[in-house]
Amino acid sequence: MKRRNVLVGLGASFLAGCSKVADTKPMKKLFAAAENWHRDVQRTLGGRDALAREFSPADISPYFRSNGTSDPGTDSYAAHEASGFADWRLAVTGLVAVPLSLSLAQIRALPQRTQITRHDCVEGWSAIGQWTGPQLKTILDMARLKREARYLVFRCADNLGDGDYYESIDLVDAFHPQTIVAHELNGAPLPVPNGAPLRMRIERQLGYKQAKYLVGIEAVASLDGIAGGKGGYWEDRGYQWYAGI
Amino acid sequence: MRKHRLSTRLWHWINLLALAILFMSGLNISNAHPHLYWGQAGFDPKTAWFNVAHFPGWATIPAHYSLADARWWHILFAWVFAIGLLVFMLVALFNGHLRRDIVTRRKEWRWSEMRADIAAHLRLDFHHGDGKYNFLQKVAYGVVLFIFLPLMIASGMAISPGTDAALPWLVDVFGGRQSARSIHFLVAWGLFGFLVIHVVLVLLSGPARQIGDMITGGRSDEAA
Repeated sequence: MKRRNVLVGLGASFLAGCSKVADTKPMKKLFAAAENWHRDVQRTLGGRDALAREFSPADISPYFRSNGTSDPGTDSYAAHEASGFADWRLAVTGLVAVPLSLSLAQIRALPQRTQITRHDCVEGWSAIGQWTGPQLKTILDMARLKREARYLVFRCADNLGDGDYYESIDLVDAFHPQTIVAHELNGAPLPVPNGAPLRMRIERQLGYKQAKYLVGIEAVASLDGIAGGKGGYWEDRGYQWYAGI
Repeated sequence: MRKHRLSTRLWHWINLLALAILFMSGLNISNAHPHLYWGQAGFDPKTAWFNVAHFPGWATIPAHYSLADARWWHILFAWVFAIGLLVFMLVALFNGHLRRDIVTRRKEWRWSEMRADIAAHLRLDFHHGDGKYNFLQKVAYGVVLFIFLPLMIASGMAISPGTDAALPWLVDVFGGRQSARSIHFLVAWGLFGFLVIHVVLVLLSGPARQIGDMITGGRSDEAA
């Protein structure tokens, strides 16, 4: 039928139009602006230090699903795993007055925070787990950020095949009370699929922000020039940098 | 005065564009994890209350699977939709559109009146009597305006982890993040159902005139 063809044609050109428009510079700017409006409204509504909901032990999911890398698979990581991560170091570098290289023992000796929170994947699913570790703020206070520092970049030991995993956050989330460097999940050392021996918890953002297999924290003034320049492995592949949406 | 005000016409078409983009990018997002749960958490398809079909490319924005790009469209047009609805509601409140044309009168809820309107619809007789819209029309528009559209905004916000921290009560209203996600999905299809009925009724009641009126405003109320 003719009318049907017209409708199918209209639909197809609508879709084609959408993908054409999406690739233009003004549209990309508009997308980025919309992302920032969401972030600003969220931070205005609840305040910069609004806490993510914390749950009771009864709410903890039966097991904690892993996504992305489930084992970095390198010889060096396997050696660390075999030695119980005794020689694992967390480097704190970049725009800091006192660069640090922390062992797991040193990280465990810092004041600890334990929180039962919901992990929300960008795909749509959620799992609840209990995380323990020092607040990032404690470590940043030791390293003393320089005034130019605007972002923290998390360096990871895993590679998804076409690039090393990394992530970044701004200082609002860096100094948030629930932003911790977790070394325990549900009261036991982090399992390998969940990021052993260290991972970030940035509780007001989606799962891809929660960098696993953490080896370094770097304070920077700008995200330009780091890998794809968008501030994260998935961000370089088109995802939103602000993942609170 | 024209049959449809400029503000109503503008919002109608902007809202159609926004909802079309939100719905089709939403179907792309659904393909990322096509399983729905109740409560706060849910990640194992074995515990899902509903396994959603995979939506083909012709129904999604973009036309291939891209969670990242679908989310850009969704995040931008959420603003067009929400601000558009807010402005329309305020204008319609102050210019009397809601009170005059959407709010039902008590006598319209009498069973005899309702039965007569349903019977008229079944006969495909769409004469309105003295008001702009008949009873079933008012109820349908009222449910969409005051229940479905606001529910889409509220449940969409409740899925965002950042909003959860800012407005935890909003998540509680829905009974958890995964419940909010399920409701977001169900109401989206409810709106799709409204669209189908709306378009069918336009086609049955003089589509050229109806669509023309929604673009130009049409002739005066008295003539309608």
